Amino acid sequence: MCLAVPGKLIEIISAPGASRLGRVDFDGIIKTADLSLLPDVHVGDYLVVHAGFAIAEISADEALATLALLAELAEFGEEP
Amino acid sequence: MNSRLPAGYNPVRPFRDPAAVKALLQRIESAVTRPWSIMEICGGQTHAIRRYGLDELLPDSIELIHGPGCPVCVTPAAKIDRAVELSLRPGFLLCTYGDMIRVPGSGDSLATAKARGGNLQSVYSALDALQLAREQPDREIVFFAIGFETTSPGHAQALQVAIDEEITNFSMLCSQVTVPAALTMLLGDDSHRIDGVLAAGHVCTITGSNEYHAIAERFRVPVVVTGFEPVDLLLGIADCIDQLEAGSYRVGNSYTRIAKDDGNPVARAALVRMFEPVDMEWRGIGVIPGSGLGLREEFAAYDAERKFQFESRIGSHDDQSGCISGQVLRGLATPERCPNFGQSCTPATPLGAPMVSAEGACAAYYQYARFE
Repeated sequence: MCLAVPGKLIEIISAPGASRLGRVDFDGIIKTADLSLLPDVHVGDYLVVHAGFAIAEISADEALATLALLAELAEFGEEP
Repeated sequence: MNSRLPAGYNPVRPFRDPAAVKALLQRIESAVTRPWSIMEICGGQTHAIRRYGLDELLPDSIELIHGPGCPVCVTPAAKIDRAVELSLRPGFLLCTYGDMIRVPGSGDSLATAKARGGNLQSVYSALDALQLAREQPDREIVFFAIGFETTSPGHAQALQVAIDEEITNFSMLCSQVTVPAALTMLLGDDSHRIDGVLAAGHVCTITGSNEYHAIAERFRVPVVVTGFEPVDLLLGIADCIDQLEAGSYRVGNSYTRIAKDDGNPVARAALVRMFEPVDMEWRGIGVIPGSGLGLREEFAAYDAERKFQFESRIGSHDDQSGCISGQVLRGLATPERCPNFGQSCTPATPLGAPMVSAEGACAAYYQYARFE
């Protein structure tokens, strides 16, 4: 139920009178998501979508920091 | 200024990288000196742990206990009975998430009620149910709103749209629950054997990690916000083990790229605007005070339980099926300890919800069965 899927926001659709919607690319599969819960996102941002709603923006700084930590760990692990 | 992710960034693949998994396993193995039991709250985490075999890859001294984070599993039979009742009523259409449909109430599930002529529609989002209400104004569209804090803000938002558009044939049958109240109940039980907790990463995208400080402090357990990919799970476990070995009990966050410490304030405001804490029965566990989110009085016109009369009563139903879901959901028994597991209880013929749901521990053990 709390499955939430990361994807890239590729287009913002502002239908009149309706909620703010976006088209999100999930590694090739494109679906519409409601952006009402994330008012400050921009095209190109990575979002996490759950049950039709974008609920979180992926922080580039934090993602890159975690990837750097993993690279460091893997390198450390390879030493004899 | 936030930096940008490189073109071609894959938000999933690096977190399934075998080299990173191996390095983290080595790191955990070198840190652990004695047995520890860690509870992962979310059923999605349970499934990932079984799917990737993390429980077998980790040192034997680390036991993972499965928590109650499966909204379908904890939805009380009485609520399902009411959903069934509405689905069988002429002029009504009951909408809910696909996971909920095969879970038995005290008698019928929504699926067996449909076989008897019930009106049922599986939806991906509360917005889909709202769209059906727009398209079919002569019909009462009832959305069976189940979920934790991850899901409920979407329900609040759909309701706001219904109010704004003055859609009057739309209502919600609410069975929404919150994690901290349940965690407090589990840790307050003297028989628990939980040394550390992996908090559910997607719940924390909404709530943030701040509300876990009081729990970590009161029960002296580390609580680490943790994601769902194998690398994310091992990062959370590593933080938990480091804290346990050092004798500390802080709130950690191993899922910082997605779960911010203060969560999603817009989503939390939507929750507060529409819902208020209510006492809620958790199936197999009992009533946990203040653990539910019910519609506020001012939105009674959108609350199916206030809008309509019911024959079935809310109250504890004795479960006669032999299902031990309550023990499984509290981490007191593993699915394999149940005499019905894989025998009279399978995903095709479930006795209880944990065998049905994509987040149920029993379904995880069945789907990713191992041959000894």
